[in-house]
Amino acid sequence: MTFVKTKLELEKLIAGDTLEVLLCEGEPLSNVPKTAIEQGFTVVENVHVKDNVHKLVIQKREGSPA
Amino acid sequence: MSLRADQIERYSRHILLQDIGGKGQEKLLAGRVLIIGAGGLGAPIALYLGAAGVGTLGIADADMVDVTNLQRQVIHFTPDIGKPKVVSAAEKVRAINPDVTVHPHQEWISAENIAGFIADYDFIIDGTDNFATKFLINDACVLGNKPYSHGGILRFDGQTLTVKPHESACYRCIFSAPPPKDAIPTCSEAGVIGVLPGVIGTIQATEAIKYLLGIGDLLTGRLLTYNATSLTFREIRIQRNPKCPVCGSQPTLTELKDNSDALNVCELETT
Repeated sequence: MTFVKTKLELEKLIAGDTLEVLLCEGEPLSNVPKTAIEQGFTVVENVHVKDNVHKLVIQKREGSPA
Repeated sequence: MSLRADQIERYSRHILLQDIGGKGQEKLLAGRVLIIGAGGLGAPIALYLGAAGVGTLGIADADMVDVTNLQRQVIHFTPDIGKPKVVSAAEKVRAINPDVTVHPHQEWISAENIAGFIADYDFIIDGTDNFATKFLINDACVLGNKPYSHGGILRFDGQTLTVKPHESACYRCIFSAPPPKDAIPTCSEAGVIGVLPGVIGTIQATEAIKYLLGIGDLLTGRLLTYNATSLTFREIRIQRNPKCPVCGSQPTLTELKDNSDALNVCELETT
């Protein structure tokens, strides 16, 4: 469900905007960046924040899904 | 419109798809589809469109559930025998998805009432087994400029075509008039394999979803035929017919009328 919720937020952005997502390690961290790239978004940052939490910054670009 | 938390979960597999997403799901929830016939074809159509979250479904049929229906009309269950088909179908759709508003119309479609029915919907689906109604649906959709999906089944064969009036070939572009009464055997005479409406009806439901989403290529200008015994699909290219009596350059059919001579109906004859 993490990417589903991420995608709904990405749809609200315009090209060039970025979305910051905090992810737990494990399935979300393995799936969300991969699926975002597959669907035409750009992952501009993926850093460990604390404990098992990572911060992902995803950019919507021209031609990304509406 | 924004999706509720429970809708995000329910439709998550749609939202994940690049061509649908949240915005596409909102289009489906705002969509209105009329299914004419709650029999073999109408069953999978109503179930899949309901599950997909098409927000408003009209279901028109005057018939009652009969035990001979249950071999293929999978929306009706044994305890539904004797119940109006539209009531049985509406119960199942609501049980699958309470998001869907179902309008059951327990009436036979006729030249008198069809224009009023189709006016309220974005896309119409022909799930009838009756040449008279098939031609009437075509004519009403062309005259009312409503996109629709034609479907037909008999024995092991099925066919389907999507019509965008005045843009693509309509049913009368191929078949200018219904066959004479008794020229074609009915399902009750000739039989029909129970899984066949599942294949054709599911394609028709797919067309409705694509139309509402505005994605992909509709089955326009192509009559898709299917034979279950050889498991073959065939696509026959069809073009608009300039001499078509309803959408040609000089149409002769400008108002709706019932074709009682062509009445050749599975469900009607079994009641």
